[in-house]
Amino acid sequence: MTALRDRFGDEAVAFALRLLLIAAVGVALAVFTEGFLSAANILNVLRQASLIFLLASGLTLVLLAGGFDLSVASNLTLAACLAAGVMQATGSPTFGALTALGCSTVAGIANGLAVTLLRLPPFLATYGTLWILQGLAFQYMGGNEIYGFPAGFRQLGTGFLWGVPVPVYLMAMVLVLGTLLTRKLNIGYEIYAIGANPVAARLSGIPVRRRQLLVYTLSGLMAGVAALVYLARVNSADSGIGEPLLLPVIAAILIGGTSLFGGVGSLLGTVAGAIILSLVINGMNLLNVRSTWQPLVVGAVLLVAVLADLASRGRRERIG
Amino acid sequence: MSRAPGAVVRRQRPLPSIVAITALFAVAASLAVPGFTTGPNLTNVGQQTAILLMLSMPMTLVIMSEGLDLSAGALLSLCGVVLAKLLVAGSGLPLALLASVAVGFAFGIFNGVLVSVLTLPPFVVTLGTLGIAQGAALVVTDGNAVTGIGPAAASFYALAPLAIPISLVIALAMWAITHVLLYHTRFGNGVFAIGGNRDALVLAGAPAHRYHIGVYAIMGAVVGITALLLVGRMNSGHPTVAIGMEFDAIAAVVLGGTAFERGDGRLYGTVFGVATIGIVRNALNLLGIESSMQVVSIGVLVLLVILLDSWRKEKGRAAP
Repeated sequence: MTALRDRFGDEAVAFALRLLLIAAVGVALAVFTEGFLSAANILNVLRQASLIFLLASGLTLVLLAGGFDLSVASNLTLAACLAAGVMQATGSPTFGALTALGCSTVAGIANGLAVTLLRLPPFLATYGTLWILQGLAFQYMGGNEIYGFPAGFRQLGTGFLWGVPVPVYLMAMVLVLGTLLTRKLNIGYEIYAIGANPVAARLSGIPVRRRQLLVYTLSGLMAGVAALVYLARVNSADSGIGEPLLLPVIAAILIGGTSLFGGVGSLLGTVAGAIILSLVINGMNLLNVRSTWQPLVVGAVLLVAVLADLASRGRRERIG
Repeated sequence: MSRAPGAVVRRQRPLPSIVAITALFAVAASLAVPGFTTGPNLTNVGQQTAILLMLSMPMTLVIMSEGLDLSAGALLSLCGVVLAKLLVAGSGLPLALLASVAVGFAFGIFNGVLVSVLTLPPFVVTLGTLGIAQGAALVVTDGNAVTGIGPAAASFYALAPLAIPISLVIALAMWAITHVLLYHTRFGNGVFAIGGNRDALVLAGAPAHRYHIGVYAIMGAVVGITALLLVGRMNSGHPTVAIGMEFDAIAAVVLGGTAFERGDGRLYGTVFGVATIGIVRNALNLLGIESSMQVVSIGVLVLLVILLDSWRKEKGRAAP
C-alpha cells in the first residue's frame, strides 16, 4: 500500500479504492438483487447521486476550508418551497429559479457572516440557521403542499439528453467548474491552505475571512441549485422536503474522503461518495427494505465513514 | 495547602446578560400578553419548561466540555417509544423506565467513546447517532404512534406533591444534582478541565476518558428519564415527537452564556436560558404565533444575546 501511495500519490490511491468500492457494491447488487443491471435502474442511481452531489458540492468546499454547514438541507427546503410558491403564483420558472437561488445564497452569506464576523463555531452557527430556515419554511407552507409545475421546468429533474438524465450533466458541469476552482485557481489553493492551518494561512497573507465567506456563499448557492433539480424531479414541495437529505449528503462527502478536519479531499471524491451512497439506497429499495430503515442505515454509514477517515489519517493530536 | 475537590478558585465575572433578559421578558409578557400571569398558565409554563430543564442540565455539561449532542431529541423519541412499548406489553412502570434509561445510557456511552477515545468531532458523531436513534424509533414502531399504554404513566405525570407538578419537581431535582456534580465533585472539575485544557487534565493523571464519557453517559441517562415525562404528558409514545427538542436545550445553554470553548459557563445561566425560552414560547402561544415562528424567534434571540455578550466582553476589555 505504501509503495502504491509513493508511486501514484495518496489521492490517486484513495480514488482507486473508492472505484473498487463502487465496483464491489455494484457486483454485490447485481448478484443479490433482480433488476439492478438495467439501464433504467443505473441511470436512476446516477440521477440520485447527482442530486446528492449538487447539495454536497458546496459543503465539500466548506469542509476543505475547515468549516461546516449543517444548514444545507433546510436551506434546500426553504428555497424549494419559495420557488414552488413563486412558480404557482407567476407561472414563470425563471422567477421561481431566481427566488430559490437568491434566497439560498443569502442564507449562505448569513452563515458566512456568522462564522467570520461573529466568530461563532461553524457547526453552532449553521445549526442555528438550520432551524431558522426550517421554521420559515414551515411558516410559509403552513402544512400545505404545492405541486404540479410546468413541463419545461420539470425537464431539469426528469428530462433526458442523449439518453442521460439532465441532472447528471449538471453534476458533471459542477464537478468540472469546481475542480477548476479548487485545483487551478489560487483561490482553490487558499481554501485548502485555510483548512489545513488557518493561522499559517493568515500569516501567509491569505484573506482568510473573505475565502471563508466565499465557501459558505457557494454552499448556499448550491443548495438553491439542488433545490430546483429536486423540485423538478419530485414535482411537489412541502416543508419536509429537504430534511431526509442531510445525513446522506454528509455521509457521501465523508465516504468520498474529504476530511472533517479541513484541507484534505476533493469534489471528485464526493462524486464517488454520492454514487456509493446512492447504490446502497438503491440496493435497499431493490431488496424491499422498508424506508423506515433508511435513517438508521445512513446514520451507521456516516459513523463508519468518520471512523475510516480517522483510520486513514491517524487521530487528532491529543494525548491520552 | 489542601482544598476540597470542588474548591477551584474562579475569577469574578459579571452576571450573564441572560439574567436581565429573563427579567425583561417576564415583565414584558405579564404586561403585554393577556392571560400570562394567571395561576393555571404559570403552572402550564412550569410544566412545559420541565422537559427542557431536564435536557438542558446535562447539555450544559456536554457544551462545557467543548461538545455538543445533536442526538438528544431523536434519542428522547426512541426512549419514549421503548417505554411506551413495554407498558403496552404489560410491564410495570419501574421496569419500563429502567429500560428507557438503559437505552439512553447505552447511546450516551457510545457517543462518549467516539468523542473521547476516538477523538471524533462531537457534532458529527451525534449527527450519526441521531440518524440511528431516529431510524431505530421508526423501525420499532413502523412509523406509528404507540397508544393504549395504560394509566400508569399518565397518573404518574398527574402527581403534584405540595401542588407542584411532579415534572417540575423532578426537573428541579435534576438541577440540584447537576449543581452538586459540577461544583462539588472531582468529576465537575474534570468537566471544566476537559473544556479548558484536556491535555493538562491527562498530564495531571486524572481519568479524562472516564469524565468525558461520563458527560455523554449522563446526557443519555437523563434523556431516558425525561422520556417518562414526555410519555406521561402525551399518554403515548411517538417515533418523531421529540425531534428538534435538542435545539431548545442547546439554545438555553448558549443563551445562559456558556461558551463552546475554555470550559466557560455557569449552570444557573442555563436555568435562566430555560426560563427565557419557556416565557417566550408560552407568550407567543398565547398570542397565537405558531411553533415554527417560535423556533425562528428563539434562533434570532440567541444570535442577539451572543452579539450582546461579545459587545460586553469587548467593552470590559477596553475598560482599564
